[in-house]
Order: sequence, then C-alpha cells, then structure tokens
Amino acid sequence: MKLPNISSPHTTRPFSTSNVMLNVLMALIPGIIALTYFFGPGHLIQVLIASTVALASEAAVMKLRKRPILFYLKDYSALLTAILLAISLPPYAPYWVTIIASAFAIIVGKHLYGGLGQNPFNPAMIGFALVLVSFPVPMTTSWSAPAELLPAAFSSGISFSDAMTYIFSSRETIDSITSATPLDAYKHQVALATESEIYQNPLFKGTDHSSFIVLAWEWVSIGFLLGGLYLLWKRIFTWHIPVSLLASLALCSLIFGWDADSFVPTSLHLFAGATMLGAFFIATDPVSASTTPLGKLIYGAGIGIFIYVIRTWGAYPDAVAFAVLLMNFAAPFIDQYTQPRTYGHNKPKRGLAAKK
Amino acid sequence: MNTSFNLFDFVGGVHPAENKTQSTQSSIAPAGIPEKLVLPLTQHIGAQSKPLVNVGDTVLKGQLIAAAQGFISANLHAPTSGKITAIEDRAIAHQSGLSDLCIEITTDKQDKWVEHSGIANYQDIDASQLISMIQEAGVTGMGGAGFPTHVKVSANPDTIKTLIINAAECEPYITADDMLMQERANDVITGIRILAHILKPESILIGIEDNKSKAAEALNLALKESPENNLIEVIVIPTKYPSGGEKQLIQILTGKEVPSGGLPSSLGIVCHNLGTAYAINSAITKGEPLISRITTMTGNACAAPQNYEVLIGTPVKHLLEVSNTDIKNTSRLVMGGPMMGFTIDQIETPIIKASNCIIAATKQELPDPAMEQACIRCGMCTEACPAQLLPQQLYWFSKSSNLEQAESHNIADCIECGACSYVCPSNIPLVQYYRFAKGEIKQATADKLKSDRAKVRFETRLARQEREAAEKVAKRQARAEAAAKKQAQKKAAPAQDATDSKAQPAADIELLQKKFDATKAGVTKTKEKLAILLADENADPEKIELLKGALTKAQTKMKDAAKVMAEAKKAEKASASTSSDKGDPNTPERLKNKLDLAQSRLETANKRLEEAKAENSDKIEAFETAVTKQLERVNDAKLALETAIKTSATNNVPASVDLETLKQKVLAAQTRVDKANERLNMAKEQNLETVGALQTGLDKQTSKLVDAKAALEQASTEEAK
Repeated sequence: MKLPNISSPHTTRPFSTSNVMLNVLMALIPGIIALTYFFGPGHLIQVLIASTVALASEAAVMKLRKRPILFYLKDYSALLTAILLAISLPPYAPYWVTIIASAFAIIVGKHLYGGLGQNPFNPAMIGFALVLVSFPVPMTTSWSAPAELLPAAFSSGISFSDAMTYIFSSRETIDSITSATPLDAYKHQVALATESEIYQNPLFKGTDHSSFIVLAWEWVSIGFLLGGLYLLWKRIFTWHIPVSLLASLALCSLIFGWDADSFVPTSLHLFAGATMLGAFFIATDPVSASTTPLGKLIYGAGIGIFIYVIRTWGAYPDAVAFAVLLMNFAAPFIDQYTQPRTYGHNKPKRGLAAKK
Repeated sequence: MNTSFNLFDFVGGVHPAENKTQSTQSSIAPAGIPEKLVLPLTQHIGAQSKPLVNVGDTVLKGQLIAAAQGFISANLHAPTSGKITAIEDRAIAHQSGLSDLCIEITTDKQDKWVEHSGIANYQDIDASQLISMIQEAGVTGMGGAGFPTHVKVSANPDTIKTLIINAAECEPYITADDMLMQERANDVITGIRILAHILKPESILIGIEDNKSKAAEALNLALKESPENNLIEVIVIPTKYPSGGEKQLIQILTGKEVPSGGLPSSLGIVCHNLGTAYAINSAITKGEPLISRITTMTGNACAAPQNYEVLIGTPVKHLLEVSNTDIKNTSRLVMGGPMMGFTIDQIETPIIKASNCIIAATKQELPDPAMEQACIRCGMCTEACPAQLLPQQLYWFSKSSNLEQAESHNIADCIECGACSYVCPSNIPLVQYYRFAKGEIKQATADKLKSDRAKVRFETRLARQEREAAEKVAKRQARAEAAAKKQAQKKAAPAQDATDSKAQPAADIELLQKKFDATKAGVTKTKEKLAILLADENADPEKIELLKGALTKAQTKMKDAAKVMAEAKKAEKASASTSSDKGDPNTPERLKNKLDLAQSRLETANKRLEEAKAENSDKIEAFETAVTKQLERVNDAKLALETAIKTSATNNVPASVDLETLKQKVLAAQTRVDKANERLNMAKEQNLETVGALQTGLDKQTSKLVDAKAALEQASTEEAK
C-alpha cells in the first residue's frame, strides 16, 4: 500500500489569499458608507462600473494566458483593485473615465507586469494617475459638495437616478452639485486669506460650525481609519507603513506648514483628503510596497513626505497616488538595503550580493 | 525553586493547533514484539554501522549486531531475541522515501536478554568511561536528527557552562517526552545527572513548554525527592512553535544566539534532548543499549491515540495494528510532527531511534495541499520566521534559482521549521523551495570546489610540462655547448696532428696554405743564399754544407705541408659531399614520404578531374593524363618502398638487441611509473573521482616496466653467453 509523499509542514493555517482580500474589502465598508452618506450614491455606482470592468478584464487576460479563470477571479484581488480605484475617483466622474482607469489598472498595471504578485506599481494608482493626468477636467469637477451644502433642490440628497444621469449621460446640470474639495479650497484661498477667514466657508466646518475637523471628510477619514485598525488587529499588515506615513506627513506639516495662515493645517492634511485611505489601504498594498520591517518604515515615511511636498508645492490638491507610485519605484532598492539582522549574525547584510 | 528566572523571547513563531491531549489520556503501553524487526544501519548522522551478524545467526536481546564505523557513527543492538533472516535494502524512514541496508530479525518472542549489567554509582566512574559506555550502548539524539550522543558529550568539559535539556516538545501532536517526564521522571533526572557528571556544567536548565504542567510538576517532585543537592532547574517557557528548536530554546533560556554556522558549544552551552537523557540512564544504570523508545501514536485515524514503548525496528504497520488505526481512512502517514516531520509512503517502514511520533491523519485533519497561489508579498512569513529571515524574498530567489541572492539573504540560516509555510495565505510550500535552493547551493559549491581543484591540477601540469620543456632545451643547449667546446679544442690542436683530422673546415685549409707558402718562400730564400755562396769562391765550404742541409730540411717541410694541405682539401670535399647529400635517399622512411606525397598528389589530381567532370570542363583530358601520371608515380614509389623494406629486412639481421636501448627503456618506464604513482597519491589525498582511472593507469605502467625489465635481463644474459 502506498501513501502520499508530501513535504513538510503538513498543517497550515486556514487563511488564504482570498481571505486576506476579503478582509481588506470588509475593512473598506465603514469608509464607503461614510462616502455614500455624505456624497451620495456616486461612489457606489463607480464601484459597480469599476468592478465589472476589472473582473471582465481579469477574466479576459486569464483566458488569453490560458489560466483557470474562476480560480483567479476568486482571489478577489481584481475586485479589491477596482473598489480602491472607484472610491479614489470623484463620485460623479463620467463612466468612461472609470472604465478606462479600471481596465488600464488591471491590464497594464497588473497583468502586463506578470499578474498578481509581480506588479511593481499599485495597479489602482496606475489607473488613477492615468485618468488624472489625461482627463483633468472631469477629474477635478466631479466632486460633489457634502449633502448639507447642496442646493435646496437636493434637500433629500442626490438621488440614484440623478447620479446615473451625471455619470452616464448628461453632465449639463452637474455644476449645481459639485464643489471643490476642502484641501483644494484651502490651498487656493490661503494665498489671500487667513485661517479664520477661510474657515468661514461652510465647506470646512459646516453651516453651523459643528464639525470638529472638516465637514463630511472627517467621518470618511474616520471610517477608513477604523477599517485600517481592524486590519492591523487582524494582522493583515503591520503597523510600520501607516504609522510612518501618517507620522512623516504630520511632521512635515508641523515643520514646514505650522502657520495655518500660510499653509494647509495638519488636521486637514490628515483628515480632509485621501490620507487615511492611502495610509491604510493604498500604501499597504504588499505587492508593490517594501517588505522588510525597516524598509516599510522608510517606504511609508517617503510616501508621507511626497504627499506633503506635492500637496503644498505641486499642482495637485491631493497626492496619494503620485506619492505611492514614486515610492513603488524605490521599494526593491529599499528592500535590498534593509535586510533584518538574521539570528546568529552580528549585523544585517546590506545591498546586493557581490557577483562571484 | 527558582521562580524569577529571566526568560527571553525569540522573534516570530506560530501557534498551530496543539492536538496533544488525544495521546496523553492513557499511560505509556508496551507495543509488544512484532513478527519481524527491520533495523536500518543508518539511524544516526554519520557513517553507516557495519553488520556483525550473518543471515541465519541467532541473536539475543541487547546483542551488538552492527558496529559503529569511525567516531561519528553508532552501534546497533538487537531489540529482542530471534534469528537474522535478511540483510538487504529496505524502505526506511527518509524524507525522500529512500531505501537503505537493513538487518531483519525474525523474533522468537522469548525476549531473552544477553548478559548485561549497569552501574549503581556513576558518580565514582570517570567521565571518559561513562562516555564509552554511552558509545557502546549506541545512544543517539532522540529529538529527531539522531546525532551520536557520545560525540556530543565528548566536548571539553571546561568550556561547557550550561547544560540545556530540551523538553519543550513544541511540535503539535507529539507527547512522547511529556509522558516520559510524567511517568519516569526519576530515570530522566538520573540521566540528566549522568550528563552533568560528564560535562560538569555550572547550571542545568530543563526547558519545558507551559502546556506540559503535569510533566513539569513530576520533574520538580523527582528533584525534591532525590537527596542530592543539584543545579537542575525546570524552566517553564511559553508555548510557541518552534521553541524546541535548539537555537530558539537557547535564545529563550539565555538570551544568546548561536553564531551563524557555529555550534552552541561556542557559547559554553550544550543542548540534549530529554529522551536522550532517559536513554543515557538506561545505558549506564541498567546496562541496556538503546533498543526501544517512546513513540506517540496519534492522528484522527487512530482509534486509541497513545504513547507506546516501541522496539527499534518495529514496522509502523505493527504500531497501526496495536493502536487500532483505520488505515483505509488514513490519507497521510507522518513520522515526526506535522511541522517538520516527513511522510512515509509504506507502512512497512520501521521505527528508528529518532522516531518520536506517528500521525495517521485523515483527509479532514491534514487536507491535501491546496493549489499554490501567487505570492503577494504579504510578509506574514517574515513575521513568523524565528530566524529573522525574509522568507518571501528567499522564495523569489529560490524560485528563480538566484542562488547568489539567496545566499546573501542567509538561506543557510533557515532551520526549515515550516512556520513560514504554515502562515502563507497563498499555500506556497516555501520550505520545499528553500530545500531546493540549499541543495542547489550545496551542489554549486561542490562543483566549484571540484573545478577549482581541476584548475589547480591543470595549472600544475602545465607548469610541469613547461619546466620539463625548459629542462630539455637547457640540456640540448648544454650538449651543443659541449660539442662547440670540443670542436674548439680540436681547432686549437697543433697542425702536425692535421693528418689525423679528417674533416678540417675551410679555415684550416687556408692556414695550411699559408704555412705551405711560408715554407716555400723559405726554400726559395735558402736556394738563393746557396747560389750566392756557390758563386763566391772564397765561401766557407762548411757554410755551404750547412745551407745545403737547411735547404733539404726546408724542402721536406714544404713537401709535408703540401701533403697535409692535399689531405685537408680531400677531407673537406668528402664532408661537403656528405653534408649536401642528406643520407641515403633510398631509406624506407624517405620512400614512404615520397609515396605519401605521390598519393596526396594523386588525390588532388583525382579531385580536380572530378570537378572538371562535374563542370564538364574542356580540361578533362588534361586532368586525366595528370591522374595517370600521378598514378604511375604512386605505383613506382610503392614498388621502391616495398623493395627497400625487403632489402632493409634482409640487411638488418635482427639487430642483436641493444642493451643500452633496453636500459633506457627500463629507466623511462620507471619514471613513468613514479609519475603515475605520484599522481595517484595526490588524487587519493584530495579524494578525487579520478582515483580509479589513475590506479588502472599505474597498473598498466607497472606492467610495462616489468616487461621492459624482463627484456633487459634476457638481453644481458644472452650477451653474457
């Protein structure tokens, strides 16, 4: 009688890659709820478009590569890319922007580099960066105002049918609901006004000045923060990247932008944009990030610095995508120089092995 | 008891389901004597032991049946009485399911012991004697690797400060040490004390995971009961896999790290397994060799999971039967723990000295490995790695055979604990990849060593050849110089010896000519003087007579000189004729050369003719004539050669064997034999694969030398006649 010969270990933790992805997807829920609550159903529709396109693209590529389609769709990696991309895009961006971004993210950003695990760049941010530089107008004029700042006609918020109209057909009336994002608004007004003058704008503290940081966005950020903490607790990723990213961004803001009359204040840097989403969900994408403990700290800090630099002196109001992509470039190099000290060694090895 | 022992932690580690309680519900039971025992000759690290018995021999329990070969090897004893029924290759417990030489004993169920006795007071016995008793008993490490214990305890006791007893038993399922401590704590403690007596450490730490509280209690009780004041401390450590790894346990207990590539002894630490201590106790106090061990039989397919005292060599099949294991429901049979154990594919595989556990797992319990997914670099393996490696990087390097990078990322420090594979969400068999890379690195290193040696060998050979060539040139030069000197001496030789000189160069002839001229002039002058004297009437007649005598003398001189000169000229002509004509044109060699030349010419002509034919050239006829001509020449040359060979054969009466040549031949053969011998020795020293080939070469040369010597002897005796 012959029994199977299998290599050790014989037992494994029942936790698969699709579990990892599902956990991340679940952790996104609070943030998406906040986005929908404050900015209407736009993001949900974008999520649907992006998911459909991403899954279709993934399936098509898998068919071309002659791989089992369902096996790969079930790892949820394409779905996660699509959703991260969709919630990064402006909620009422025209459908073709989302289609182009998500197809590009999956086909070019992921599969042309070799598929899951092989891509040097965060695919969602590749898609986002492409449409941001290619279609600046829809990308900057599709942000809706928070629900309480909408005109009287939208007293019950933006309806699903309105949202469908804006996204799929007519954009003639979209101006009535759009607004600048707080980061964008502060950046442009700070040249002429002081902090207190700027904060008169209900965009920041709401009509009744009830917001403790920044209207609507504070809740979105808290949603993503909660999701991120859940993932930390589940040990999906380690604390290194989010902590170093937030710390370096805050530190830059305190060192260079301590004067809120001249620069965007630290509270807005942390809570008004995509910072929390970026720190916990984008920068922590393990495939394109640094993998050593020390490397993760450097990588996260680098992203934080780039976010601050681009937001403050660059042309873009938010900068998570570019900061992440720039550090993606550096990740392999960082890894080479941040090997941990192995057990039994006096000091860590650094750099590439010398060619023999 | 020491309650405030300062524990350290190791980085990483995992917490797999323990599955230990199943097998600790009942006490250790004897597994009984199976029909047949199969004893592999390599149950330990080191050289295979050598069988001392033959098929058909009757052996008693505890009888030595295979002896250690060399220091790093272990004795093997008959676990029960019976008859040797086979010594052959059998499937053994091995990672790759290999076979190896085994001794099969058909048991007689008498279980009759060989005469044996232990020592009551080991304290009075010298350490070296205890070590040799341990060696006699064939004790090896019981933790898994099976390193011969006598080697490990032979360390210099001055360097050992801490003796660590590994009772962590961190692998899931295994409870052999746990039950051993619970039920035979006194024996275990005595074993540890014997180790301490040999090693003389300053402190003795028993590391035990906190999931074995009963065992720890039993040990503490045994320590309290025993009268001796002792250094032994039972240290309870947190349960975390792989705390029982030697390096990890040392780190937990001392905070020190074993240097990479080094041994714990460099830290003044030596680590022994608890089961080994128990085996040492049996060997010393009872005189019983290592012939049985405690093995955990467990797994969901096993109806009565339990620890058994198993005779070494018991087929796993017997253990499955004893424990009522449902073999049909067993999807995987693991020897060892689920993290580092290996599967055995045949149930006839025997239990060996290091087999601490058999898991008969069902499909639900240890499911078949899931399909490998892409690595997403999630880094969970990095978090789990107790060696602080970067498993995901090692995976990429191993997969792409980037051995340099893998080495640079310290793949050699991987202990293959399996923690990384355990946590991997993509079901990547990481350890398997590392084993592959390690094997490749080992191979590459061996290859490099080999090629380096070959390079050295080649370079040495080249140098030798150059040296020999240089020596040859030097010799030739010396010879040429000697010849030139000789020639110069000849030149300097006086002219009166000229008659002897056979081949005087042209310069000599000139010299002779001058001498001749000078004598001629002398003669003329004397003649003139004589004529003047004769004309003068007043001349002294005495003077005339004198002059006449001088004239005759001068005339003889002139004649002699003319003669010498003529001789010289003749000789020169002769030598010139020999130098211009390079020997006999009709020697067989020359004729052969001629024939070869003619033949090659014929071939060329033929080729040309064919080409011309192919091109239908108008030169065909011309070529045809050329070919005929060449053919004629070839035939002529052949004929000439044949006749030449015939004549030379008839002329050269079987040359009476030249003694000198034979002597030279013998000398040359001797040199060749010496050289071959030298090379063989070098190869042997370096343990090269070419030893065999070189040996045959040497044999050949030696036989040639013998032949040459025989021929020389024969020739000399013949000559003597």
